[in-house]
Amino acid sequence: MTTISSRPADTKPPQNQTSPLTWVRKNLFNNIFNSILTIVLVIIIGLALRGLVLWIFQGAEWAVVTNNVSLFMTGLYPRDLYWRAWLMLGIVVALAGFTWGVVGRNLGSLFSRNVLMGLALAALLIMLLPITRPNAPRLIAYEALTVAMAWLGQQAGRKFSGLGMKLSIGWFASYFVLLYLLAGGDVRASVLYFVGMIAVSAIAGWQLAARVSLLPKLGLFEKILLFLVGFIATYLVLWYGSWLLGVEVGLDRASTSKWGGLMLTLLLAITGIALCFPVGLLMALGRRSQLPIVRGLSIAYIELIRGVPLISILFMGQVMIPLFLPEGTRPDRIVRAIVGLTIFSSAYLAENVRAGLQSIPRGQTEAAQSLGLNTPLTMSLIVLPQALKVAIPAIVGQFISLFQDTTLLGIVGLVELLGITQSILANPSYLGDYAEGYAFIAAIYWVFCYAMTYGSRRLETSLNNELR
Amino acid sequence: MKRWSFLALAAAIAALPLASCGAPGSGDTAEGGGEEVAGGAGRLQTVLDRGELVCGVDGGIPGFSFVDDSGAYSGLDVDTCRAVAAALFDDPDALEFRRLDSTERFEALKGGEVDMLARNTTWTISRDTSVGMEFAPTTFYDGQGMMVKEGSGITSLEDFEGKSACVETGTTTELNLTDQMRQRGVNFEPVVFQDADAAYAAYDEGRCDGMTSDKSQLIARRTTLTNPDENVLLDVTMSKEPLGPVTTNNDSAWFDTVKWVTFALFQAEELGLTSENIEQEAESTEDPNILRFVGAEGTLGSDMGLPNDFAERAIRHVGNYGEIYERNLGPETEFDLPRGQNTLWTEGGLQYSPPFR
Repeated sequence: MTTISSRPADTKPPQNQTSPLTWVRKNLFNNIFNSILTIVLVIIIGLALRGLVLWIFQGAEWAVVTNNVSLFMTGLYPRDLYWRAWLMLGIVVALAGFTWGVVGRNLGSLFSRNVLMGLALAALLIMLLPITRPNAPRLIAYEALTVAMAWLGQQAGRKFSGLGMKLSIGWFASYFVLLYLLAGGDVRASVLYFVGMIAVSAIAGWQLAARVSLLPKLGLFEKILLFLVGFIATYLVLWYGSWLLGVEVGLDRASTSKWGGLMLTLLLAITGIALCFPVGLLMALGRRSQLPIVRGLSIAYIELIRGVPLISILFMGQVMIPLFLPEGTRPDRIVRAIVGLTIFSSAYLAENVRAGLQSIPRGQTEAAQSLGLNTPLTMSLIVLPQALKVAIPAIVGQFISLFQDTTLLGIVGLVELLGITQSILANPSYLGDYAEGYAFIAAIYWVFCYAMTYGSRRLETSLNNELR
Repeated sequence: MKRWSFLALAAAIAALPLASCGAPGSGDTAEGGGEEVAGGAGRLQTVLDRGELVCGVDGGIPGFSFVDDSGAYSGLDVDTCRAVAAALFDDPDALEFRRLDSTERFEALKGGEVDMLARNTTWTISRDTSVGMEFAPTTFYDGQGMMVKEGSGITSLEDFEGKSACVETGTTTELNLTDQMRQRGVNFEPVVFQDADAAYAAYDEGRCDGMTSDKSQLIARRTTLTNPDENVLLDVTMSKEPLGPVTTNNDSAWFDTVKWVTFALFQAEELGLTSENIEQEAESTEDPNILRFVGAEGTLGSDMGLPNDFAERAIRHVGNYGEIYERNLGPETEFDLPRGQNTLWTEGGLQYSPPFR
């Protein structure tokens, strides 16, 4: 027994001892043609890089970016409400750090050498870059907060199991908190309060059903009835109670016409992504349904939307909608934008999901049915998990294109990142600095899109465990 | 076969609500339009009730509408909007700006998305009639010009024989240029660009001998070229570009409001009233013209359904036309654009207000 387990170390395959020089010789200069190719390409790339570096450090006038960072980030958001934007960023950063810790709870050390180096580099960049330097103390404090929350998350993740589910509820709830911080106004009129009321009422109804059903034996129908009674009663009490109190509680209102910059771009993209996924999924299932009306309507929706360019949908939403509505009603423009983006993306997403569904062999469904699973269970337990896994690259691709499509809203007049850039570049003080402005927002878009692809790659490798 | 009939049925059911929606919807808009004409106070009342003006601007034209470092809209067009807001609400910030593309501006105005346009819109007969717009007084007389390099030997359009000119495509600028050259029988090569930035960059690199655009834009852009002083504007105006605020047809009360607030800006300059002196002038003066203008005498404002001191409010908050011009395009700014035709008629310009009485 011991002879097998104590295998001598020197039986490992010999490591290729390559010095950089031999690597270069082997890969770049292994024959005359490749040598010439290498030299020519090095010259071309070198010249281009030299031009780029010279432009960045000497030619470009970055004042247009450094003087307007807050405009790029938040658009025309009122200056005295900036603290709310900072608070929002703080909440996101803290939650992200905590999630990182929970996800990495089983790693030996969360802060490996690479991570520590990355954190140090980020801190250094924050202090050196002229864009972040004015806010360096706050940003570094946020970085420290991330690290602290990550540590906390790791400890919590080890102690309590099943924290992942609660965490996603936390993210979901944080969305409404952030939305309220952004919009302000009377709390009772906000989406946050509405969602909160629903959640509290649901918990109350569920508790009622659970407690009462302990006493006698109740059927499912009675339980549902009890739940509904509890739900509606709590909801009504909360609703009327809050209005009867008559106290107006809340932050100053920030009109949606003041939302802008990267903040608005992210809001549009995240809301659009969150909404288009379920709609797209339903459409994909509908298109494969056996029911002709459901299938027909799904096909009609998908093909109709896919046959129309996004810009025309957004244009309709931003300019034409009031023509169909009674005089004087103007639905919020941000809502119209999100609806337009969702309608468009969900049609494409439906096709991506359908491609995933079609890649699952029929045998899977048949096997599930032979086990006695009904259609919803077959779908949710057997088919969809496999289909969505296959479709991840396409779905993330769709999300990335939705993120970039938000720029079209700049053309129809929202001051999201591209729109505010156009307005900043028209400032006479920065005439002709358009290359700098566009380069800056291109970098921002790249960072977010790359983060999404990186995330999807990590998700794929962690889900494709049969290939490991 | 059975499947197809099901599909057809589904389509019919889906189409039913659409069809029934369409009919009352179109009826509503027709009725709404009729009421507006009959009542005579449609848009004005809507704006007053809302307590806020929605003004359509381009948002990307240097000197006319842009976002400054402090995050506020500024420019000549923007100040026109502010003057109207100040006249209505005594608050130049009681307004929301909407950035509008040149393709969507008239649709947005017709649909009621915006109350008025102040967006470098040239007053033409077709826009005034068939498009269904109303043009308030011109706040900026522009004209198409031609910029050339000093020492290139070009002094008039005739010298463009065999030379090339950079121009933005899809604009009236391009059409005007070819018209003018054809009229003079000059063979030249137009070099067209989709985008203004690209066109100026190409001109700067010497890709073409001349650059044509509105004169205000040429002068604004000249400061960004590598050697601004080596570029001169030819003494030629190829087109008339009267730019001013726009409202929609069939709403006289609202059109009058925008029109007379704009006239008030000219009239104030003529009367020598500025944002600084208007309050004390209104108290100390015996001049009946000024007293009527600020609303201390007569009922000029309230007859229009506006506050009687609407003109005084606009001037106090935003300034007279001269102040607005100096602030956005004058010698203190990067443009240093001579007022030219935009001086008052008393000084030989075109800015003229009918009497306030």
